[in-house]
Amino acid sequence: MTSQVSSAAEKADEANDAVLGGQRAPLSGTTGTTGGDGKEVRRLDRVIIRFAGDSGDGMQLTGDRFTSETASFGNDLSTLPNFPAEIRAPAGTLPGVSSFQLHFADHDILTPGDAPNVLVAMNPAALKANIDDVPRGAEIIVNTDEFTKRPMAKVGYATSPLEDGSLEAYNVHPVPLTTLTLEALKEFGLPRKEAERSKNMFALGLLSWMYHRPTEGTEAFLRAKFAKKPEIAEANVAAFRAGWNFGETTEDFAVSYEVAPASQAFPTGTYRNISGNLALSYGLIAAGQLADLPLYLGSYPITPASDILHELSRHKNFGVRTFQAEDEIAGIGAALGAAFGGALGVTTTSGPGVALKSETIGLAVSLELPLLIIDIQRGGPSTGLPTKTEQADLLQAMYGRNGEAPVPIVAPQTPADCFDAAIDAARIALTYRTPVFLLSDGYLANGSEPWRIPETDSLPDLKTPFATGPNHTLADGTEVFWPYKRDPQTLARPWAVPGTAGLEHRIGGIEKQDGTGNISYDPANHDLMVRTRQAKIDGIEVPDLQVDDPAEARTLVLGWGSTYGPITAAVRRLRAAGQPIAQAHLRHLNPFPKNLGEVLKRYDKVVVPEMNLGQLAMLLRAKYLVDAHSYNQVNGMPFKAEQLATALKEAIDA
Amino acid sequence: MPDTDELRHNELLQLVPKAEAKQSMKDFKSDQEVRWCPGCGDYAVLAAVQGFMPELGLAKENITFVSGIGCSSRFPYYMNTYGMHSIHGRAPSIATGLATSRRDLSVWVVTGDGDALSIGGNHLIHALRRNVNLKILLFNNRIYGLTKGQYSPTSELGKITKSTPMGSLDAPFNPVSLAIGAEATFVARTVDSDRKHLTSVLRAAAEHSGTALVEIYQNCNIFNDGAFEVLKDKEQAAEAVIRLEHGQPILFGSQEPKGVVRDPATGDLKVVAVTEENRSQVLVHDAHAESPTTAFALSRLADADTLHHTPIGVLRSVERPVYDTLMSDQLDAALERDGKGDLGSLLAGNDTWTVIG
Repeated sequence: MTSQVSSAAEKADEANDAVLGGQRAPLSGTTGTTGGDGKEVRRLDRVIIRFAGDSGDGMQLTGDRFTSETASFGNDLSTLPNFPAEIRAPAGTLPGVSSFQLHFADHDILTPGDAPNVLVAMNPAALKANIDDVPRGAEIIVNTDEFTKRPMAKVGYATSPLEDGSLEAYNVHPVPLTTLTLEALKEFGLPRKEAERSKNMFALGLLSWMYHRPTEGTEAFLRAKFAKKPEIAEANVAAFRAGWNFGETTEDFAVSYEVAPASQAFPTGTYRNISGNLALSYGLIAAGQLADLPLYLGSYPITPASDILHELSRHKNFGVRTFQAEDEIAGIGAALGAAFGGALGVTTTSGPGVALKSETIGLAVSLELPLLIIDIQRGGPSTGLPTKTEQADLLQAMYGRNGEAPVPIVAPQTPADCFDAAIDAARIALTYRTPVFLLSDGYLANGSEPWRIPETDSLPDLKTPFATGPNHTLADGTEVFWPYKRDPQTLARPWAVPGTAGLEHRIGGIEKQDGTGNISYDPANHDLMVRTRQAKIDGIEVPDLQVDDPAEARTLVLGWGSTYGPITAAVRRLRAAGQPIAQAHLRHLNPFPKNLGEVLKRYDKVVVPEMNLGQLAMLLRAKYLVDAHSYNQVNGMPFKAEQLATALKEAIDA
Repeated sequence: MPDTDELRHNELLQLVPKAEAKQSMKDFKSDQEVRWCPGCGDYAVLAAVQGFMPELGLAKENITFVSGIGCSSRFPYYMNTYGMHSIHGRAPSIATGLATSRRDLSVWVVTGDGDALSIGGNHLIHALRRNVNLKILLFNNRIYGLTKGQYSPTSELGKITKSTPMGSLDAPFNPVSLAIGAEATFVARTVDSDRKHLTSVLRAAAEHSGTALVEIYQNCNIFNDGAFEVLKDKEQAAEAVIRLEHGQPILFGSQEPKGVVRDPATGDLKVVAVTEENRSQVLVHDAHAESPTTAFALSRLADADTLHHTPIGVLRSVERPVYDTLMSDQLDAALERDGKGDLGSLLAGNDTWTVIG
């Protein structure tokens, strides 16, 4: 259990932990104090816990609660929920396993962690599905009540792994979680099935004791959640407390751990924990407020984007309208109709939905109206892996339309960053009157991290004036309104909304004459309009790419979107090991930052890790004639820092 | 039929600003040259709509026409209002976004039989069941015109066209039956060449709160000429057309008067020769009947092949809560309950911690 990590490597986050799973002590001396219960208390710098159980065991809720306790305690943290697409796969089977991984630390961390130090396995399936990820020496807490013949046979355990020695390399804590929970809830007189359901709270209580988590938040949460069934609320609180007391009294748990708040990792400010989809929802609401426009969401439910529809529908007092449409096409259609009427129109979806919306996105390109298309990417093609992450919609967003139909693309890099990315996407849409893609993904959407809550007056002003009068004088001196007369700077056309007298005009998907917007089939005009629409997107102002290169490296690692955390963690590892490497991360995929070509040419090697088969690398090669080297993973999971560090090292040495 | 005074009393129309000055048909003509084929029925519908609009008396900047794709969908270009010529089949969804976010607009959808019933069938039925405040003009010429003459979802079975040289195989939709089945609150049918009837139906549609579906039989003189001749030729029409008027017995026929009665054996409707004995059994049309059953039965009297016994007029016009109003009410209720949203407190949430430098 003691750390074997030297202090130099320790400085770099996640610098060197993967081989041994034991929990590590912090820099500032080790261990050895004694807690109020007389048990040993050890101090750690960081811990990775994975809760795993059946889909019906409430593992996501357990993880969420532990996260919330950890956030309020002040640790830095990063989470990775991982669940099947089936709502309830057959109980006790491998496909039915749902897990929640949480990484928390007394310092700044970037990923949910490669490998858990602690696995909580609620049944044999959860053990079997997760054991390969658990390094030797790690702690495993198992619910022994579930390790009976049938559940074990269901997942192919011929003998009990708790007895056959196969877990010898681990520090196993066998706990009869179900029995203990039933025992603790005896006085409530609940039906057995009902009482059993509280076993996740028993496990949470045990883990909360082990890691000195505050408990008030969870108790308040349970009482609020079951406000209408106070008996169930109290039963859950009782199970939670019983778990805590079990840890404190039983001899099997001789040690508890402290992970100090990560106060030095955070700039001054007020913080909360936030998931990507929540941050994105707030970003959209904020964008509406900053633009002083009503927000209109047209959407069709799809995993992993539906949470944004749910969240926005709760904030009608911000003037937010949410419309659950009959299909993906109607979702974006309604958003576009609202945009025509002067709203901030948004549609939220995932890859298959984008495919259906493509024609309407093309119409929006032609109409030159502001519109946000939020794509929470998931594994594809087709239905693919609905609950798993991937970055394979980049080329679809870039090119997936008929004709020359350029659309700007913005990508957030962490869960909290989804807030800023949404505001940035709205800025581009409103300033340039164009549909804009925001490419998040399942990992960002469901993962969470601490977020420094911004001061609202520090947020950008997004106010965009509507056209109010004529903008063109004809040869005979008549003042007229031309819907396609552009702003010379931005090339944006005026946004004239219905209800404005004198500006009545017709727009549509047929090619329009430059200026007047009337139907035109003139060859030269079409050529001009195609080039102008492209020039408008190419001319969008985006900040230069920042490169982090403290040691004048020869190799640059360039990423985009949600790979920021794992790439940065890998870069820290390499630098801690004395290996120089430069890092840059793209927020804007279309247009690229103006200095990108120059940055790429500065380095001998450019490595592009992506959760696809090399889509950004292809764009870089095409545009900059640079020999970008792809490193790809498409297994539905985020990169692991260790694996990425190894790949980058190999690329550097190659 | 409602008069203009009744129009003024429509609650939802009150939300749309009125024109300051008296309008004329000319005010609604755009400067664009109309480019339908000479002799197309669309010209007559355009003229009827442009002629009717001044009667509504709405500020024309608060009127928007949204269309899909097809010959009729060029309609918005010729109206001097706001307009959007969108993509195939999707006009109802775009109009839904506009109407639900801007209740101060009068939103009209122009669509055709292919646009509304084939590629856009899904959006049409959902707009109808939601009862969004849209006026949908469905130009039905029973053929694909813009793609040059393939059969459409309203073409009669066995239709010989370029894509069906041996005859089409699919049974046609009856748009009125479809709309009634889709929970429509207002369904009417009219004919392009009967300006007076067309205008009266437009008026009733405009007066209706919620989605109004108006099927307009429209002649395509290039690819399906004479498709509705039986309803237009004076002599034949007397036998073929059943004119519906609310509160009036359903009678038609020239020589020998005919009427619609309920068959006591089946409960279905049937056409009978009217005699002194059965005259009292002739059905009196009730467009406001809560149950859609009789309106549906009326829509089924028409023979899809010959168009004999085709009812025209307002088949159904009932009140039901309007989607836009309900949506707006929820926003008001949220405002009332939670107060005006404050961004700062939203972002902060309930569970924060503070880091001091």
